[in-house]
Amino acid sequence: MGKKTPLYEAHLSAGAKIVDFAGWLMPIHYGSQLDEHHWVRTGAGMFDVSHMTVVDLKGDRTREFLRALLANDVDRLTTPGKALYSCMLRQDGGILDDLIVYGMAADWYRMVVNAATREKDLAWMRTQAQPYGIDITERTDLAMIAVQGPAARGKVHAILGARAGALPDLKPFNALALNTWFIARTGYTGEDGYEIILPAIDAVDFWQQLRNADVHPCGLGARDTLRLEAGMNLYGTDMDESLTPLDCGLAWTVAFTPEDRQFIGRDALEALKQSGLRHRFVGLILEERGVLRGHQKVFIDGKEVGITTSGTFSPTLKQAIAMARLSVLDGHHCAVEIRGKLLPARIVKPVFVRNGKSCVDA
Amino acid sequence: MSHIPENLLYTRTHEWVHNNGDGTVTVGITDHAQDLLGDMVFIELPEIGTTVDREEEVVVVESVKAASDVYAPVGGEIVAVNERLTNAPELVNKDAYDDGWMMKIRVEDKLDLDELLSSQDYQELLEEEQDDED
Repeated sequence: MGKKTPLYEAHLSAGAKIVDFAGWLMPIHYGSQLDEHHWVRTGAGMFDVSHMTVVDLKGDRTREFLRALLANDVDRLTTPGKALYSCMLRQDGGILDDLIVYGMAADWYRMVVNAATREKDLAWMRTQAQPYGIDITERTDLAMIAVQGPAARGKVHAILGARAGALPDLKPFNALALNTWFIARTGYTGEDGYEIILPAIDAVDFWQQLRNADVHPCGLGARDTLRLEAGMNLYGTDMDESLTPLDCGLAWTVAFTPEDRQFIGRDALEALKQSGLRHRFVGLILEERGVLRGHQKVFIDGKEVGITTSGTFSPTLKQAIAMARLSVLDGHHCAVEIRGKLLPARIVKPVFVRNGKSCVDA
Repeated sequence: MSHIPENLLYTRTHEWVHNNGDGTVTVGITDHAQDLLGDMVFIELPEIGTTVDREEEVVVVESVKAASDVYAPVGGEIVAVNERLTNAPELVNKDAYDDGWMMKIRVEDKLDLDELLSSQDYQELLEEEQDDED
């Protein structure tokens, strides 16, 4: 039996098609994945992401611990509430997971990690934390709702009314604790909006209030096409333990400076940099009609040079797009093998749509 | 439960067939099939004049979820395709049995039609599949 979030019944009554995702019974769509995608790009949509793992880290040495645990540097979190995207690496540089960490206070950091990697992540963190005396608590008492789209923040402010407090002034990639609620101006869609972590007992009421405010429920299907258009990697698809951040377009998330910060995986990444990067991570736009998917072979001048890691038909661009990992550093054009045929594709930066607008040249 | 018109014939692979009575049949995929596949984004139709065998892959439908083959329910020559699907693949989702038709085939061997399922048989097939899932 799959696990259910507090919103499971609400999904069923909204006509959701339910799938098993990492052991959770989650909505894949509520009728039309394409409509849900467009609602987020043009108005406001909401996602139940309560399956994701919220972890609180507390203790005097938490900052010191996270500086060793994560490839990005929590010292970049200079003001309370700021968020940081990072990979968590093995000693050999392989990616255990990608995550967001919020620095709330000197002795309190909140982390959100993937559902599929929950057990592995918690075990790894607890092992690594032993010398630091950190208290690591998984917050299974909380639910999480992402409200995304150009109209999303306004809708949330209207529902909260006076309770919104300083929320309207919250800057992108920052979070605010409002009593028992935790509201972050982050997301996985390329649109403005909030990710709201709230007590599980409050989730159904808030979801209903959002529905009444014309915020459309959206499933994991639209979440995937939105994140792919936005050029955001998906763990287990675009990256895994066999790859380092340098192989999948995430070099920008690795803080090599200051040079004396000895994070887990640093030596392996330094060695890899010395030897020259192994892969180039790119975006592809199919130049003919068809649909790109993950695991399709990429060719340049007849030579196989890589593979797509995820692909879809972009509902915004109305063209097929993909992320791909290539073994060659040059080239602007390639061919992708789709069902036995080689179709031409353009190589671009792996960011296709942000804030409702195309990021690629026509 | 999905819609299964009584005047059509069906395959075990979820195509529907309308016998036009002039030696041709019209073919599409069932409401159940479109519901399983989700929103259509690309449909690759065969060329008119192509000859296909019964159960040969003849159309590729790509939904937001996956690519799937549509099989020819009968052998024969493709005499028409629904060009509207090229720019409006969503017609298959909106109206699987009418605007979402895919092709017309001139039936080579009428015995092929005897192999098809009645609406009642198809209904039972779906119920069996449902039971297997549960």
